[in-house]
Amino acid sequence: MSDITSQSLTSLVKNIKEKKLSSEEVTKAFVDRSEKSKELNSYITEDFSNAIDKSKKFDEKPNLDLKLPGIPMAVKDLFCTKDIRTTAGSKILENFVPTYESTVTQNIWNEGAILLGKLNCDEFAMGSSNETSFYGNVQNPINKGLVPGGSSGGSAAAVSGQLTPITIGTDTGGSIRQPASFTGTVGLKPTYGSCSRYGIVAFASSLDQAGPMSQNVEDCALLQEVISTYDNKDSTSIDFKRGQYSKDLTKNIKGKKIGIPKEYRVEGMPKEIEELWKKGIEYAKDCGAEIIDISLPNTSYALPAYYIVAPAEASSNLARYDGVKYGFRAKGENLIDMYEKTRSEGFGAEVQRRIMIGTYVLSSGYYDAYYLKAQKVRKLIKNDFDEAYKKVDAILTPSTPSSAFKIGEKKNDPVSMYLNDIFTVPVNLAGLPAISIPAGLDAAGYPLGLQIIGKAFQEQEILNLAYAMEDKITFKNKITDWWIK
Amino acid sequence: MSIDLKTIKHISKLSRISVDEQKAEKLAGDLNSIFKFIEKLNELNTDNVDPLTSVAETTLKFRSDEVKNQNIREQIIKNSPEDNEDFFVVPKVVE
Repeated sequence: MSDITSQSLTSLVKNIKEKKLSSEEVTKAFVDRSEKSKELNSYITEDFSNAIDKSKKFDEKPNLDLKLPGIPMAVKDLFCTKDIRTTAGSKILENFVPTYESTVTQNIWNEGAILLGKLNCDEFAMGSSNETSFYGNVQNPINKGLVPGGSSGGSAAAVSGQLTPITIGTDTGGSIRQPASFTGTVGLKPTYGSCSRYGIVAFASSLDQAGPMSQNVEDCALLQEVISTYDNKDSTSIDFKRGQYSKDLTKNIKGKKIGIPKEYRVEGMPKEIEELWKKGIEYAKDCGAEIIDISLPNTSYALPAYYIVAPAEASSNLARYDGVKYGFRAKGENLIDMYEKTRSEGFGAEVQRRIMIGTYVLSSGYYDAYYLKAQKVRKLIKNDFDEAYKKVDAILTPSTPSSAFKIGEKKNDPVSMYLNDIFTVPVNLAGLPAISIPAGLDAAGYPLGLQIIGKAFQEQEILNLAYAMEDKITFKNKITDWWIK
Repeated sequence: MSIDLKTIKHISKLSRISVDEQKAEKLAGDLNSIFKFIEKLNELNTDNVDPLTSVAETTLKFRSDEVKNQNIREQIIKNSPEDNEDFFVVPKVVE
């Protein structure tokens, strides 16, 4: 069975289309491996027996013209799935069973895929280590006691540990790319407006985007092609001409201009990351790309601006959890007391912290000093990218300032935890697409990722660059199955 | 700038999150370190900068304003912690 779960999505699709494998065989293989992988704590909710039933049904009358024919897939527990509990990693949604389906997951099922279950994540996607989940830590398949990154930590662990052939995450400040980097997998954050936000539990609406997380770039392109659609249920969904990302994937990137921003050379960055970046530049040159030094002068202001904008939007989005319409309710002496106890007992510490920051920066007398200021800084950051893109086609940076850290290591220091997203956050503030690809290992043998940032709506361009570089990098993830007894 | 316990109590009221003394002190510490970090923005002069209101340079699409009766009352009520089949139920508000 293990030879099934180690296959890429593309190869599984091919094998099912050529009738060398049935959906049932594939689904059972992933269910079986997921059953043996409880120690990773990747799943919040399993839907295994339904998945096997659906795979049998698929095999009875297989539609092999679909893009994901009978492919089993687990998804981040931030996507509403009809009749399947959706918790967002929070106690407050412990018993929430959506009566509707998110557009992104619906697109996936429409192409023939089958839900395996819902994957662990930081509570309301607020975290960089999966440690804020009400449902416990996720173990990184790379090594025991290591965080998988966050917030899409369960998703990254599930792909890296081969519990699902591919998955989807969401990325508000790096929540797809940072865990992808920590687990030796590929993660794409699409352009804002590319994937519908309908049915995704909201964190920060002007930053949230769904995207694929996969073993390789080819798989990533295929899933992006499936999930990116215009959707009138999301007023910020953008009606642009979407590419056939997997069909148009090419390794020919000759003459492409790649910018190297000097501001990403931050103080205290481990030497290994610097080395990795240099190697990445060489790989890009080997592929025929032209390297150009650029400047993104306001980079260091991105993270502080993000920690105003994201909590502000979160405090507003999370006002809906009041113990009345859905979710957890605590007993209270009166209505206000009920609200306050519900939110105090229902939300975890990090979520409460962010709601408080957001409430403060939006409160009377502070709005101009914080929120308005941050939106102005956001403009400057976007201008930096606009300026850079007059000279280059894409930008190459490290994905994270370090490799995966130990569970508990940064838990009590919010600011040091926030610094994880230093290279990923500017992309969200400017609404751009970016992909993280595994590019090497550090001295401890932990994966390190490189990030390629593109122009808005140019997903194809960064997928091609990643595809070409992946070929040169020849990264192989070292998974020892330590958690399987 | 420093966020004191009085401010924490004020924000907790606005946020509708109850906070006891111990939690308030922990929050004050955390928020102060976060705001110290955020205040780096004051280095930047943004006097002549327009705030960014949307990353996408498109105008919002219009759609017709239609009433869609989807008959989903049951679905809406389904996840409520307390209801009487037709309404959400909350603690008594009017004496």
